[in-house]
Amino acid sequence: MSASPAIRSQFEGRSPADVKAPVRIAVKDLNFYYGSFHGLKDINLDFRDRQVTALIGPSGCGKSTLLRTFNRIYSLYPEQRAEGEILLDGQNVLDSKVDLNELRSRVGMVFQKPTPFPMSIYDNVAFGLRLYEKLPKSELDGRVEESLRKAALWDEVKDKMKQPGTGLSGGQQQRLCIARTVAQRPEVILFDEPTSALDPISTGRIEELIEQLRADFTIVIVTHNMQQAARISQFTAFMYLGELIEFDATTKIFMNPAKRQTQDYITGRFG
Amino acid sequence: MTALTQTLAVDRQTAVARIAPSKGADRLFQGAAYASALLVLFVLAGILGSIIYGAWPAFSEFGFGFLTSSAWNIGTEQFGALPAVIGTVAAAMLALIIGVPISLGIAVYLTQLCPGWARKPVAMTIELLASVPSIIYGMWGLFVFAPLFARFVQVPVSNLVEGMPILGTILYARIPSGVGVLTAGIILAIMIVPFVASITRDMLDQIPTVLRESAYGIGCTTWEVVRHVLVPQASVSIIGAIMLGLGRALGETMAVTFVIGNANRLSASIFDPGSTIASRIANEFNEADGLQLSSLMALGCLLFIITFFVLIIARLLVRRAKVA
Amino acid sequence: MDASNPIATAGRAPTASRVRPGRRIADRVLILASTIATLLGIVVLGSILLMLIVEGVKGFSPSLFTAPTPGPGSEGGGIANAILGSLVMTFLGILIATPIGLMAGTFLAEYGRTSKLADIIRFLNDVLLSAPSILIGLFVYTLMVRPMGTYSGWAGAVALAIIATPVIVRTTEDMLRLVPGPMREAGAALGAPRSLVIRAVTWRAASAGIVTGIILALARIAGETAPLLFTALNNNSWFNANLLGGVPNLPVMIYQFALSPYPNWQSLAWSGALLITVTILALSVVARFVIKDQRPR
Repeated sequence: MSASPAIRSQFEGRSPADVKAPVRIAVKDLNFYYGSFHGLKDINLDFRDRQVTALIGPSGCGKSTLLRTFNRIYSLYPEQRAEGEILLDGQNVLDSKVDLNELRSRVGMVFQKPTPFPMSIYDNVAFGLRLYEKLPKSELDGRVEESLRKAALWDEVKDKMKQPGTGLSGGQQQRLCIARTVAQRPEVILFDEPTSALDPISTGRIEELIEQLRADFTIVIVTHNMQQAARISQFTAFMYLGELIEFDATTKIFMNPAKRQTQDYITGRFG
Repeated sequence: MTALTQTLAVDRQTAVARIAPSKGADRLFQGAAYASALLVLFVLAGILGSIIYGAWPAFSEFGFGFLTSSAWNIGTEQFGALPAVIGTVAAAMLALIIGVPISLGIAVYLTQLCPGWARKPVAMTIELLASVPSIIYGMWGLFVFAPLFARFVQVPVSNLVEGMPILGTILYARIPSGVGVLTAGIILAIMIVPFVASITRDMLDQIPTVLRESAYGIGCTTWEVVRHVLVPQASVSIIGAIMLGLGRALGETMAVTFVIGNANRLSASIFDPGSTIASRIANEFNEADGLQLSSLMALGCLLFIITFFVLIIARLLVRRAKVA
Repeated sequence: MDASNPIATAGRAPTASRVRPGRRIADRVLILASTIATLLGIVVLGSILLMLIVEGVKGFSPSLFTAPTPGPGSEGGGIANAILGSLVMTFLGILIATPIGLMAGTFLAEYGRTSKLADIIRFLNDVLLSAPSILIGLFVYTLMVRPMGTYSGWAGAVALAIIATPVIVRTTEDMLRLVPGPMREAGAALGAPRSLVIRAVTWRAASAGIVTGIILALARIAGETAPLLFTALNNNSWFNANLLGGVPNLPVMIYQFALSPYPNWQSLAWSGALLITVTILALSVVARFVIKDQRPR
């Protein structure tokens, strides 16, 4: 069950998984239902501070569902519900007393398809900022610039901040959405297949960006591209049919998985 | 970047002092949306309620006899709905008989025959016919169509059928002035054509191309593709579209008022003047009071019942077809 | 299908076509009939426009737009009061209908969605959309004219608003439904309250379509006559600014003047008809271009 040299070489020079980093999100006995369909079954999993954790598995395995519980975005749909505990810095986000809007300002999310709002580039980035912080104009400008720099988009848009965000290319739009999320200074950023709608060059830039963002944020990324998981994550969770099959350091999952199913999936035998 | 990293690292828990936006505005907005939606219900209920309220004196005075009486006598205060109801139904039926084949023809032309470059302008011309106000159709019908109709249709046909059994009654114009029930039916037909045609066209467009191509592929002619493939596929929604057209024809007011002749009595000939519920209300309402006003309201009540019955069936058919 | 086709002619008499004459005739008849039907539609529209231009332009003069409608039998006059009255009532009607229609459409698309209540309201709104406008006139007559004891511009505006609202509800809902779901999720994911996401994101994304709906509603009510007959009626004077009392307006003026025995009244009716039709057709065309230009993304 050992990996080929090709796979092994991918991990050379990569920052290793920090198993001692503090736990930011602890998932305990999580179950999820779409109406009567049991989408997630007894998930237990820890996400560590300033590490990238990838969720992989075949379509319909529940990886996106799991991601969507962390900011409770699923609660937009009345027929969906979660049971169990998700502790964000010790506080259970599934508690009914949690202020959802406040939670979502702490847990940012980037979607599969870019979702620039129908407003200027500047207003897109400032949108979330204006919600929760009352900043003077100069400070707001500073934060918008800082966020765009972090999203590696500043140089491309600094002269057209008043133009609509929808006029950018797909890859730029996705980085705009990342800037918009980063601007709120969340603690955790969730990525839901952020590159599946992008070309390879844009994908490469987003991957670099995620690697840089790891310095400041705890990151969870759903991807169905195994190479991507291997390239950018420190930890990987493999899911199948709503269950967590295996969770470990990415190098371990890809080079020496403990479970047969994981091995089959990463070698492309199913999924 | 490094600086920020450090700040975040230092006080992660309180990284940002967050001010939550107020919940009140959110609730207010949702409440306003809810109230506006309910208003739609109340308006509909209000229309029915107010008409029944206004019609009550007439209903209690005449009872069921109101439906079967053909009296309309202001002097003796005797009122009945029969001529207006029959006029309404007759004009609307004539409109369907004339308008539906034309509508289907236009829909077939636009989807199957029209060259690509002409499709948009032709479709738009047909749709613009739908936005011409009713009163303009009335003027066109009275001043342009009726004289031509009298000269080239009413007079020759009347001369031809005079003395014949049945036809001599139905198609005989005592005074060939061009106005009458058939004229109203024709104008109504023109008015419903754009509706029925554009819904039918949309339905035909929704049928998968594969189906059409495979029918042509086995050597079907255009007629056969339309008759055996397209029409059966879209039949439910085409019937829905026709019912929508019927609903419009039944309640149409101004155009009919111009061209139907506004006669209060029943005539067996479709060339003769008559009246519909809507045209009678439009004609008499402003000068009416007492039992006459109430009887006009009662006519309105009948119109409400007839059209809403038709419209509900129409919407159910069109909707179900869209889901399927 | 072609008689010269080698496959078709193999083993057959050379002249035999595989399409029986009956089939061919039916096909020709269909093609001919549907082409004629379409031509008929175009001819009618052309004939209406021609009639309006020929008859309407005759009456065009500066006084048409400056003088009020003349009394019976008196010479000259214009339709300025009717134009103004129509503008005021149509504008008020849209002003009332837009917020209600927008909010009700928002309820159906964003809050109610598939709930029973939303289904019922959606259905009845569709029915109201094609309800006879004369019944709406009777309703507003009972609701406002009778209690107030007078025809009024307000009653006219309310009647027009009731006709415009279902149009706006329907287009608003349809356009909001075209806004992709992830757009709403992205707004919510930033911690924005739902109402803010709707106002700042979904409404904006659907704005072109919503504006189209409002323009279509405007075109719909601008020529409505029947509901104004029993609400605003018409008169030949300038109207009170408080809109109490009958308010002159183009559609009812056209109705009364066109059927009158006075030649100058008839001429004014034609000019008014031309004016109103051109305006409405222009609005309909503009609406179509707005919607084509910018679909919600």
